[in-house]
Amino acid sequence: MAMAENVAATAVASSRNMNWRWVIWGGYALVLIVAPLLWRSSLSHTMLSQMGIAIVACLAYNMLLGQGGMLSFGHAVYSGLGSFFAIHALNMVSGGQLTLPVSLVPLVGGLAGMVFAVLLGYVTTKKAGTPFAMITLGIGELVFAMSLMFPGFFGGEGGISGNRVAGKPLFGITFGPQIELYYLIALYTFVCTAAMFAFTRTPLGRMLNAVRDNPERVEFIGYDTQFVRYFAFIASGFFMGIAGGLGAMNFEIVTAEVVGAARSGAYLLFTFLGGATFFFGPIIGAVLMVLALVLLSELTLAWLLWLGLIFTFMVMYAPGGIASLIMMNLRVAAFGKLKPLLPWYLVLGVAALMILAGGGAMIEMVYHLQLNQALGPQMKFLGVPLNAHGVGSWAAAALLLLAGIVLFEILRRRFARLWNRIQEEIEDTVRQREAAA
Amino acid sequence: MSQAHALELRQISKSFGKTQIIRGVDLAVKAGERVAVIGPNGAGKSTLFNLISGRFAPSAGEILLDGQRIDGLRPYEINRRGLARSFQVSNLFSRLSVFENLRCAVLWGMGYRYAFWRFLADARDANERAEQVMTMIRLQRRREVLAMNLTYAEQRALEIGITIAGGSNVILLDEPTAGMSHSETAQFVELIREVTVGRTLLTVEHDMGVVFGLADKIAVLVYGEVLAFDVPEAVRADPRVKEAYLGSVLAEQQADSVRSKGGS
Amino acid sequence: MDASYLLISTLNGLSVGLLLFMLASGLTLIFSMMGVLNFAHASFYMLGAYFAYTIAGLIGFWWALLLAPPLVGTLGALFERSALRRVHKFGHVPELLITFGLSYIILELVQLVWGRQAVDFKPPAALAGSLFTIISQPEGLSLAWGGKSALCTTASTICTTFPAFRAFGMAIAVLMLVALWLVLTRTRIGLVIQASLTHPQMVEALGHNVPRVFMLVFGAGTALAALAGVIGGALRVTEPSMAQAVGAVVFAVIVIGGMGSLAGAFVASVALGIIESFAVSSDHSISDGLQALGMAISPETFGYAVWSVKLSQIAAILPYLLLVLILIFRPKGLFGTREG
Repeated sequence: MAMAENVAATAVASSRNMNWRWVIWGGYALVLIVAPLLWRSSLSHTMLSQMGIAIVACLAYNMLLGQGGMLSFGHAVYSGLGSFFAIHALNMVSGGQLTLPVSLVPLVGGLAGMVFAVLLGYVTTKKAGTPFAMITLGIGELVFAMSLMFPGFFGGEGGISGNRVAGKPLFGITFGPQIELYYLIALYTFVCTAAMFAFTRTPLGRMLNAVRDNPERVEFIGYDTQFVRYFAFIASGFFMGIAGGLGAMNFEIVTAEVVGAARSGAYLLFTFLGGATFFFGPIIGAVLMVLALVLLSELTLAWLLWLGLIFTFMVMYAPGGIASLIMMNLRVAAFGKLKPLLPWYLVLGVAALMILAGGGAMIEMVYHLQLNQALGPQMKFLGVPLNAHGVGSWAAAALLLLAGIVLFEILRRRFARLWNRIQEEIEDTVRQREAAA
Repeated sequence: MSQAHALELRQISKSFGKTQIIRGVDLAVKAGERVAVIGPNGAGKSTLFNLISGRFAPSAGEILLDGQRIDGLRPYEINRRGLARSFQVSNLFSRLSVFENLRCAVLWGMGYRYAFWRFLADARDANERAEQVMTMIRLQRRREVLAMNLTYAEQRALEIGITIAGGSNVILLDEPTAGMSHSETAQFVELIREVTVGRTLLTVEHDMGVVFGLADKIAVLVYGEVLAFDVPEAVRADPRVKEAYLGSVLAEQQADSVRSKGGS
Repeated sequence: MDASYLLISTLNGLSVGLLLFMLASGLTLIFSMMGVLNFAHASFYMLGAYFAYTIAGLIGFWWALLLAPPLVGTLGALFERSALRRVHKFGHVPELLITFGLSYIILELVQLVWGRQAVDFKPPAALAGSLFTIISQPEGLSLAWGGKSALCTTASTICTTFPAFRAFGMAIAVLMLVALWLVLTRTRIGLVIQASLTHPQMVEALGHNVPRVFMLVFGAGTALAALAGVIGGALRVTEPSMAQAVGAVVFAVIVIGGMGSLAGAFVASVALGIIESFAVSSDHSISDGLQALGMAISPETFGYAVWSVKLSQIAAILPYLLLVLILIFRPKGLFGTREG
């Protein structure tokens, strides 16, 4: 009797969820469609295209990291090989040896990624945890080194170029203009996101979570842990390949660095930053990745240093990434307790800005001395004139940095106390609600 | 022709390096029997369970499930043939909810295998079974709570739930009531009795009240050997068992005091 | 095949292998002890080289050799105390991630302070020459101490020199190995470390300050890496990419040798060093082998690009090929005890 009520209650709850689901997915589609209309410059369109590709890649990467607990240091292999196969397919379409609509070329990449995942994944998934990570590192180095050895396929230093305007246009769409390509990418992004989300709701997807949480127990409920990991690896490889194929079409050139360690590291860094524990976390990470790679790298030479520092900080204090920070605050807001935290976020932000300003000034002065010596010691940082040789500038920057760090640490501890108290209040409320039910 | 035993151990031995933990254990459990495995600490009870369930391979001997050999098989192969076990230290899927934990445990038995083309939400039989088990272990109110956020007793209940959810005929419970208070233990024993109706049960237990209340037969394991395997009353009276637990001098004294009390 | 070529190649391979082992031993020690795989281990190697370069520029190479490793080791210990310890409770993946983040930070800081070009870190003048020269004449081999002599200019004589600094590096590596073995097996702290390798909680229950031991071991491991860096940086080139170049090989080494095994790391390091040393100077390829078996290989044969790749070209990836092979045929590694 109680069981039937339970099933009914769940059905009602999930129907309410259904409405939310349409809203979220509809909103996602809307954003994808409307974005290039909001940001109209060609740089924006390029960046939006790259974001779509990155979203597919980071979500695919998170199938392993967040859903399977598998840390891979060499996942660019699958997207990279997908890129190479896709650009060769594109050239074959251009050359008339292959009749394939250009819009399906990313699937060639996906297939390539999947095939290599089948081949290499068997050996890779023999181990778990740290050895698994080391194996992926080794295989990543192997593939990268091989890509330099076979210039026939990999194009050597110059890579392989292609032209995405090939074959017959589809209803007049050639995918030559960036905006046309963007909408193709947006379509792939939406479909892939939906597919990967659906995967998390299947038996295999759920058992992958179980393997993440307790690989040993999985064996005692009838599942072969290695098989689960292997299948997930293959699925991830497929979507990585699609991302690679989209990238080949976007840039129309593929060089060996697409299978390199730097790219693999970027996937890891930004997926983790976005948040590996929530499905939408990698989407945030992907957007940040493109913003950082395109904009931040122009702003300062030390962008990787800042990235490394933020990443390390996140691992220590917010291992669930930005997504978890958002969700935690949403939860607090749902219980109506967000207001007292807002002023704290403000002052913490000010302290963080002090750190960024002070540290940034010092770093820029060092780079200025290193690289722009001919221009003399005078320089500008954020509009403020600085003298790279002057003690005053250095002292001011150092002081700002130090003050920022001290202030941040003091504030952080006080904030942590307030946060913990709010969490306890929420726990009490939850308990009361449960008792009353 | 006699029916095969549900679970049979023939001359099972296990050594870790030079240390022999299990020395030639023979055990034959009939279908539907409830057997309690007792013995002093370090006797090898958990090791025995690990051997039966496939966590370790025996150094020598055979293990038969329903007449078929399972020694040396991987844990998932043994589980697929109808044997499930629980763990002394709760071994749950920490970041999945109670409901998800139970549903995972039923998936293989219901044939879902490695399917990625079907939705879990549509797996009506799996969902109903998970709900059923959840109600059996009385955790329906904690349906969406993550396993790592449950109380200790709730975790032990979920541990048992995962073990029996798959519908295995032979259940191994490793110290299910470890760390529980009296009242919790009593409730738990009721729970165990309910959920193992019609199945073969082996349980490692230290609490004698539980043992005598639950078991059809008791196996006494001391230093890796089975000293006795009989009905509770016979085991209680067995002098070798008394000696193993209490030491011979103390056993004599106890026996004397019982006799003198009985005499007066 | 020339005997002098064999000898020199073996010695070169040994020298590379010992250098690799200096790195791998520190990594294995940290891994065995704390379960943490220090992704930034090669970064500490790089720091050792750069610190030594700066110190050598100020007060000479010998002071650099003495001071750089402890300095870097202190930094390592500080990192363990302030950052690594905090994520210890989150599990092994966050530990790996934080060392991953550290590798980025160290790389960028090195580039910030010393620039992106290679710096001129050379062996000291005292060790700049050759230790010995093998003179190969039609009559046979002979050994001469020091560098090339006038004999080498004759037509039928081949002289191969062996640099003194390389030999010095090997000596340092062997000394370090012996010292490590002595500390681990003969001292009290070594005993505590050995015990903590397998039973850290028990050791803590016995009253030892295991967190402090962890910090010590991490510092010692990174100091070892720095020592390797002092030698390797002077022997080879000191530049920002040196960390990545050697890092991946070291990880391959410890998986091949078996994670957590010092003996395995030693065997794998030396083996890889020698194999690579021979491969680098070999012009043979698979097609040569196939032709020796009687098969006809020409540029039109399918897969010629693969068959014709020379051993010298794939010398750099041999560690990873071996890694894959070991994983297929012996996943535990050569001497592996832990599954990691």
